[in-house]
Amino acid sequence: MENGNTENTEKPAQNGGAPPQNGNGEMCMSLNAVNKWYGEFHVLRDINLEVCTGEKLVVCGPSGSGKSTLIRCINRLEEHQEGRISVNGIELNDDLKHIDEVRREVGMVFQHFNLFPHLTVLQNLTLAPIWVRKTPKNEAEEMAMHFLKRVKIPEQAAKYPGQLSGGQQQRVAIARSLCMKPKVMLFDEPTSALDPEMIKEVLDVMVELAREGMTMLCVTHEMGFARTVADRVIFMDEGQIVEENNPEDFFNNPQNDRTKLFLSQILSH
Amino acid sequence: MAGAVFTPIAARPAPAATVGALGWVRANLLSSPINALLTLAALYFAWKVIPPSLDWLFFNATISGGTVAECKTAGEDGLIVDAPGACWTFVKVRFLQLMFGLYYSGNLDQVWRPVLMFALFVGLMIPLFVRSFRKKLLLGAFIVFGFPFVAYALVHGEWLGLPVADTDQWGGFMLTFFLASVGIVGALPLGILFALGRRSQMPVIRAFCIFYIEMWRAAPLITVLYMASNLLPLFFPSEVDFDKVARAMIGITLFQSAYTAEAIRGGLQALDRGQFEAADALGFGFWKKSGLVVLPQALKISIPGIVNSFIELFKDTTLVLIIGLFDLLNMAETASRSPEWKGYDLEAYVFTASVFFVFCFGMSKYSQALERKLHTGHAR
Ligand SMILES: Nc1ncnc2c1ncn2[C@@H]1O[C@H](COP(=O)(O)OP(=O)(O)OP(=O)(O)O)[C@@H](O)[C@H]1O
Ligand SMILES: [Mg+2]
Repeated sequence: MENGNTENTEKPAQNGGAPPQNGNGEMCMSLNAVNKWYGEFHVLRDINLEVCTGEKLVVCGPSGSGKSTLIRCINRLEEHQEGRISVNGIELNDDLKHIDEVRREVGMVFQHFNLFPHLTVLQNLTLAPIWVRKTPKNEAEEMAMHFLKRVKIPEQAAKYPGQLSGGQQQRVAIARSLCMKPKVMLFDEPTSALDPEMIKEVLDVMVELAREGMTMLCVTHEMGFARTVADRVIFMDEGQIVEENNPEDFFNNPQNDRTKLFLSQILSH
Repeated sequence: MAGAVFTPIAARPAPAATVGALGWVRANLLSSPINALLTLAALYFAWKVIPPSLDWLFFNATISGGTVAECKTAGEDGLIVDAPGACWTFVKVRFLQLMFGLYYSGNLDQVWRPVLMFALFVGLMIPLFVRSFRKKLLLGAFIVFGFPFVAYALVHGEWLGLPVADTDQWGGFMLTFFLASVGIVGALPLGILFALGRRSQMPVIRAFCIFYIEMWRAAPLITVLYMASNLLPLFFPSEVDFDKVARAMIGITLFQSAYTAEAIRGGLQALDRGQFEAADALGFGFWKKSGLVVLPQALKISIPGIVNSFIELFKDTTLVLIIGLFDLLNMAETASRSPEWKGYDLEAYVFTASVFFVFCFGMSKYSQALERKLHTGHAR
């Protein structure tokens, strides 16, 4: 991978980019002066972000600030127009091969689970390993059962997604991503479509995943989760990263006015 | 794969006052004075229509013998007049012609060929309805891709060294069946491609698909058939003697593919965007995404629309009479216009209608069963 930085290098990262506390320092993901527009609307403005292997990032910010767009750019569900994004040294550009490679490294969990309703839970988990990774069927099924045990619902393997509760569906979705053995997991508000009593079961799975050392980038408003597992919290507003800090300082000592306002709103109820 | 099978818990029984025949009658037929009046009117109408129809169809009908004389009786003043009921003798005598066309009704020693063809078809279809049969997909693929060649070999005869029955000798129900099946089997894959193409990100492909679909939808089938029969030969060198039946099949298939594409596009549009995104995120390429995630769901949603268009196609094959093909309807009409059986066209039409009814109703029921079977407990 050539690493020739362009004219964007002189722009400094906000806050000087707080140094990662966790992780082995190996670069996993980097976004460099990324800009994106929806038509006239400038949705991502000059995003610089570096994530080390094993690091856990929490992204928060008000609705419409571009959080989803940011993490969806990382696996090319959305296309960025300026700047460079690379994952594990693979640069995301128009080369379809690169996109496929990146998608194999990156797992994604959606707000609305997006399980395949026409397939059983087990088939949901084995479909991509079999067809994308070419894993033999029995191996894929073994692996699927392994991950179903880890998300604590092996007994649901034969059911269809429509027969599970929201929390169970989201855990299946996490297991489905894990079956592809990703190096990075992206979460886009994984608990915000769930009833309160189901949120915990999903967060527990995510905390465990974090403990095992998975690199995670997580859009969430679950501040308890952020305090427990995050190495860094990123606050976005109007398409910009306006604050970036470790959770301790982020929550106790926010610098930016918009962050303060956001935190007071979100922590007040 | 082993595992628990999901069994829904049965609903509680309804309160007693609303069940039973009496409860049903009270709730549905006599719930208000107007409803009671309508019920009476309907009963009167049924009384006036149904018994005479049954008389004509069955009780006074003739089916014995083999000549038109069976269907005549002596009138009051000694004149020979038509018997009061239907003359099924006519349908019986002309049955082979109505089923297989003139070649086979004229060469009785060859009739076993279309009979065997239909028997094979039915025999191959039966396992598809057997729940425990595991290789449905394989068998289905053979019926779609292999059976047409078997059918052609049997009915045409040249490949098997049998006396040749050229396609212009094909007729009756057999021709209707061939036209409709080729149309259905050919239109489905084409329709899938054009439906996917119409939603493509690539402007050239999308524009082409829109043009294709809208062009066929803008033309009535009757013009399509007419053009297929008269224009298609112009595109080919004159020494290629393009078969009339093949031309009709091509016309019908292309025409039908536009309707199938639109029915499938409806299914694609009903799919949640998240399904596409989840498939992308897992790294499926376009074709795997389409084949494994998108189409299984989209086709299921569009089963009613697709089957509806297939039923229409089945009935529309009767239009081939304008290009001089003798499908079931045209054959029935022709038979009832023969000097010997003049005046029995009602019997011909009733017979034709009931054959069409059996097949269209069967398709409709099959699609309902398929929908139920594919239901997996989610809202969509
Ligand atoms: N496909 C699109 N076309 C045009 N504008 C879009 C599109 N998708 C998102 N937007 C706009 O981009 C902005 C950022 O959207 P995004 O979904 O990234 O916000 P978000 O921070 O995830 O918000 P939320 O917390 O509500 O999920 C919003 O103002 C949204 O209206
Ligand atoms: Mg969002």
